[in-house]
Amino acid sequence: MPETSRRHLLLGGAAVSAGALLTACTSNEPKAQDAAPAGSAAPAADDKPGTPVTIGFAGPQADHGWLNAINDNAERRAKKYSDVTLEITEGSNDTATQIGQVQTLINKKVDVLVILPADGKALTQIGLQAMKAGIPVINLDRIFASPQAYRCWIGGDNYGMGLNAGNFIGERLKDKPNATVVELAGMDSLELTKQRTQGFDDALKNYPNIRKVARQAADFTVESGQAKMAQLLQAQPKFDALWNHDDDQGVGALRAVAQAGRKDFLMVGGAGAKSAMDAIKADSSVLKATVLYPPTMAASAIDLARALGQKKGVGGMSELEIPASITLYSAVVTKENVDEYLPTGFS
Amino acid sequence: MTLTTPATSPAGEGRRTGLGLRADVRNLSLLGVLAVLIAVGGLTRPAEFLATSNLQLVLTQASVIGVVTVGMTFVITSGGIDLSVGAIVALASVWATTLATQEFGFAGILFTAVVVGLGCGLVNGVLVAYGGMVPFIATLAMLASARGLALQITDGKTQIVTVPSVLDLGVPDAYVLGVPPLVLVFAAVTAAGWLLLNRTTFGRRTIAVGGNPEAARLAGIDVRRQRLLLYLLSGLCCGIAAFLLVVLAGSGQNTNGNLYELDAIAAAIIGGTLLSGGRGTIVGSVLGVLVFTTITNIFALNNLQSDVQQIAKGAIIVAAVLVQRRTVRGTDT
Repeated sequence: MPETSRRHLLLGGAAVSAGALLTACTSNEPKAQDAAPAGSAAPAADDKPGTPVTIGFAGPQADHGWLNAINDNAERRAKKYSDVTLEITEGSNDTATQIGQVQTLINKKVDVLVILPADGKALTQIGLQAMKAGIPVINLDRIFASPQAYRCWIGGDNYGMGLNAGNFIGERLKDKPNATVVELAGMDSLELTKQRTQGFDDALKNYPNIRKVARQAADFTVESGQAKMAQLLQAQPKFDALWNHDDDQGVGALRAVAQAGRKDFLMVGGAGAKSAMDAIKADSSVLKATVLYPPTMAASAIDLARALGQKKGVGGMSELEIPASITLYSAVVTKENVDEYLPTGFS
Repeated sequence: MTLTTPATSPAGEGRRTGLGLRADVRNLSLLGVLAVLIAVGGLTRPAEFLATSNLQLVLTQASVIGVVTVGMTFVITSGGIDLSVGAIVALASVWATTLATQEFGFAGILFTAVVVGLGCGLVNGVLVAYGGMVPFIATLAMLASARGLALQITDGKTQIVTVPSVLDLGVPDAYVLGVPPLVLVFAAVTAAGWLLLNRTTFGRRTIAVGGNPEAARLAGIDVRRQRLLLYLLSGLCCGIAAFLLVVLAGSGQNTNGNLYELDAIAAAIIGGTLLSGGRGTIVGSVLGVLVFTTITNIFALNNLQSDVQQIAKGAIIVAAVLVQRRTVRGTDT
């Protein structure tokens, strides 16, 4: 496990985050060549040691693979910089606890805060408070209700996940008349699940020959993935493609598919777990692709926090300051490009 | 909660027959509910619902929670409660699927799951029986710490099982005359539970402790030892269920067994086991589990969304209990 993360940090982490920063939302392929030299006068953050920066990091409890990878990414990236000190709090899913933790970091007078709130809306006040206290906040992934509560937001694109999954499936099935697809969604109580479904539905509108025939929600767990998928397979004796919102529940979903002995459709996963990428690479199951929601965003958040603390811009961009908002690209990982992304896969 | 139950021991014999009869009526009404559900499933999705593969699926999905519910039925019958079952299933499953355990293959995984289940049950039992803790609190503490430990062991990661002999148990090739091995285990646990509760001294003591612990003590029953054994039994069932879950899901995860405590308690209660203790029915509990699993199956086949599912599930619990109350009215005290 540490091996993977280290490699990821050095290669994938840098590549993906840089790629995301550069190409924001245009291309699936992170551009290899460096950005134009325009604005080269701007002081951009680089690996050379600069002003020491203390970064406070507060995140939710890492009770599943993706959040675990988030913490891992943040810690490892901070270690890479000799000028960065990371103050990390115990993760908690309790709003009051997390507010208390951020409060402590404010009192410690850290230079920059990186906050991944368990609930973005509920923690808006503490973000505002930190900003008022003169500590800039990098809001990671789950967005605060007010733009005043953060200096910069960086996070994933849930709508984009659905959109890209839908378009990938659409391209594969565009020549098949009366094609049918099935959706295994995540937790319906979460807004992000609705966004993923909306993106997927919008993408399918581009392909009039494809119809979504069933949708069931699971709970992002292996157990729920197996149970709900087993039901879906009974309910739909025949369909052409499946989009599963989450690779963790995908482990269970794949198990259900194997137990039912089904091979007659293609499956697209979501998030970018290592097990999913391994399966895509081996190409021995129905899983043919996964749509990323990269945990490398935590490493990028540390980069941004450091740049902010050192009053620098972002390398490769003309701006003198770091941007106010960065949405990562939900790249589609297939057998063709899996080697490139495998180091970012989390378990 | 058990101490306030009115003394029943003087009329013990006569009352027990009455209770047995009443339990049968309850089971009949639950069978009626199940029959209605099967009719609904058969009418709405005839081709899919009555397919052999779907019936196999319903029974398989009932197996894991079913085994847990059998253990829970004993604990509730004795006037106790076990809120930690889901967390024990989680802990047992992740401990059984660590890489170290997987090296020992099938036996290692099974053994670890059962031992961890028993260990947690032992702690619960000692706390309740000898520590004098209220079962609600003792098992709530176990719920929290077992989940925490499960999270610590996995570090939030999903532990994927690679032992072929374990995985093979969950695929159709392993079916015995069309019956999945998981269902066979469920059936065996149910039969053993029924015999233990209805045909042994252990079962009679369980009912006596639940009906009136003080009277049971005066009658010469070692109430504390009995309670210890009951939580141990529940832990054992959780260990077995954890193994079944590992076979089913092919992995161990700290989120395994989520909310099993509520499902198991609900199934036992709608099955006719008294939450205040003194009466328990294994057949009723198993029927309760089957009702829940069948509902879930019918919902999924008809592509109902989860919000609708939850509302309907709540309504059906209420309806099932109301139907039972109507059926047994007159014999109720």
